[in-house]
Amino acid sequence: MPRGFDIKHYRGFYTLTLLCLFILYAPLIIVMIYSFNDGRSITVWQGVSLRWYADIFVGPEAEKFKLAARNSLIIAVIAAITATSIATAASIGMIRGGNFRGKPASFALISLPIMVPEIVSAVATLIFFSAIGFKLGILSILIAHIVFCIPFAYLPIAARLQGIEASYEEAAQDLYAGRWATFRYVLMPLMWPGILSGFLLAFIISLDDFIITNFVKGAGIETLPTAIFGSVKQGIKPNIMALSTLMLLVSVLLVTLSFFVGRRQDTNPTTNTEDS
Amino acid sequence: MIASDQISAVTLRDVRKTFGDFTALDDVSFDIADNEFFTLLGPSGCGKTTLLRMIAGFESTSSGTIHLYGDEIAELPPNKRPVNTVFQNYALFPHMTVTQNIAFGLQMLGWSRSEVDARVREMISMVKLDAFVARKPSQLSGGQQQRVALARAMAPRPKVLLLDEPLSALDLKLRQDMRSELKRLQRETGITFVFVTHDQEEALSMSDRVAVMSAGTVQQIGSPAEVYNKPENRFVADFIGETNLLEARADKVQGDTVTCTLPDEGILLAKTNHAVVPGQAGTLSLRPERMTLLSEKPQDDCLKGHLKDMTFLGTDTQFEIQLDNTLTLNVRHQNSDGNELQIQSGQPVYIRIAPNAARFLVS
Repeated sequence: MPRGFDIKHYRGFYTLTLLCLFILYAPLIIVMIYSFNDGRSITVWQGVSLRWYADIFVGPEAEKFKLAARNSLIIAVIAAITATSIATAASIGMIRGGNFRGKPASFALISLPIMVPEIVSAVATLIFFSAIGFKLGILSILIAHIVFCIPFAYLPIAARLQGIEASYEEAAQDLYAGRWATFRYVLMPLMWPGILSGFLLAFIISLDDFIITNFVKGAGIETLPTAIFGSVKQGIKPNIMALSTLMLLVSVLLVTLSFFVGRRQDTNPTTNTEDS
Repeated sequence: MIASDQISAVTLRDVRKTFGDFTALDDVSFDIADNEFFTLLGPSGCGKTTLLRMIAGFESTSSGTIHLYGDEIAELPPNKRPVNTVFQNYALFPHMTVTQNIAFGLQMLGWSRSEVDARVREMISMVKLDAFVARKPSQLSGGQQQRVALARAMAPRPKVLLLDEPLSALDLKLRQDMRSELKRLQRETGITFVFVTHDQEEALSMSDRVAVMSAGTVQQIGSPAEVYNKPENRFVADFIGETNLLEARADKVQGDTVTCTLPDEGILLAKTNHAVVPGQAGTLSLRPERMTLLSEKPQDDCLKGHLKDMTFLGTDTQFEIQLDNTLTLNVRHQNSDGNELQIQSGQPVYIRIAPNAARFLVS
């Protein structure tokens, strides 16, 4: 970087920044504000109230939302745990497994779900399930979610493992630890921030997936996003805004958690020999 | 075999390692004795680390056998071999404290809690880290990390301790302190040490025996004094210490004494390890500190030249002498009181060479 380089001195920097921030966050802020509106309108402010938050839990649609939220949570937890386990195993195979035949192909397969347009995955998954006669329902959603969560879990886990020197595992083996003990006591604790980040990312991705879920859910089963979509089709009420605000809150919390976990210093294997 | 009645700690027979077309180790065979401080010395890429990693079990052999106290170990994974390693970057587990790091191997071996505690305490006092037991590696200095790595590797009482350039990350002063520390630990514990380094000073100062390696082969094995004073070949003479290498031809041979002729003029007496025949071409190795500079012509045989350059080195001064033929020689002169040498650039000087100073090398 040239000496004295300071991005703030570029003409138009502030304008452009404000514009980007506005486009990104203005709709979210409006949704958040109007979720506290005391009235049915989504455009006219009528005073502060928590009535729409209450409405989610006790209103006419409360049962539908509770059931959908329960489905979403169950699917997200199981899908994230399964995808994280598979991604952890995959990252160890890819990064520590040496050069095996089909390694580039394996990597392509792992990351494919990120690159394929979601609508294509959705249609393909639906066709696949109906071709093999798999009954659509919570299980079909779960399988689809596990599959598309794997690359999202894989990326932070693999990035973390890449930064861990192989000599820690050699040291463990040298000190009489077998393969499992090496993983359990040395590799996993060192990978933990990556694994947790991967899990949280997979969890969020599963929680708010709409397109694939909508295709493979079958009749009668709703997750939170499909339930919200169903409600919105009959006109947007502020209770949707309240629900969206709650989901946003959960997402922000989890992402923040994942960020701080990733920054934990004492388990960072790269800061081992900085002072001497 | 070193001693026929005693089993060697490590026995290597025709050990070969190839990576594709590259031969990292070319049929290496030697023995490391029990309770020995043995050093593998060589430039980077000579195969010394590969050899160490083979003994540890991190690298497989392409062919040949490795025995540890009589047992073939080629098929054993690293965690089944009674050897421990001090890694070059220490590889201390960053998420564990000093105590946990040292206890790790013992726990993996299934020692009881009280045995582990007692042994860890013993190791911690041995490496003098009592004040740091609860710290993580990142809170320790390089020297302290080094001690933890040593304690961790020695705690399980390995039959052989492998040390992979453990001092290379330390600064000079600490490195020198650690040399005597390592030597002390080896004597006190009686564990066989196999030490890998590219630093000849480290090798000479600590080892019982040194194996000098180059390009996947062992060039010479011997005590530090042997490899320094009686190098087998040009590589060993050049790699260990400083030397002047001159092309020469053997004129007369009498036992281990060779009378050589230098390219243009000059006759030298040299010792040799080899069976030399008159007329054979070879290389002369002349240590700079074994030659004496004189400003007056002495009575006995000497070489004549003039001063080309000099470099002050503290304990010594190095003189670059242009001989009357086309050769230049580096000569070391010790700087001590009453030993000052007054010579000017271009002035004629005489070099006296002690009878044992020159070695005649055939390869």
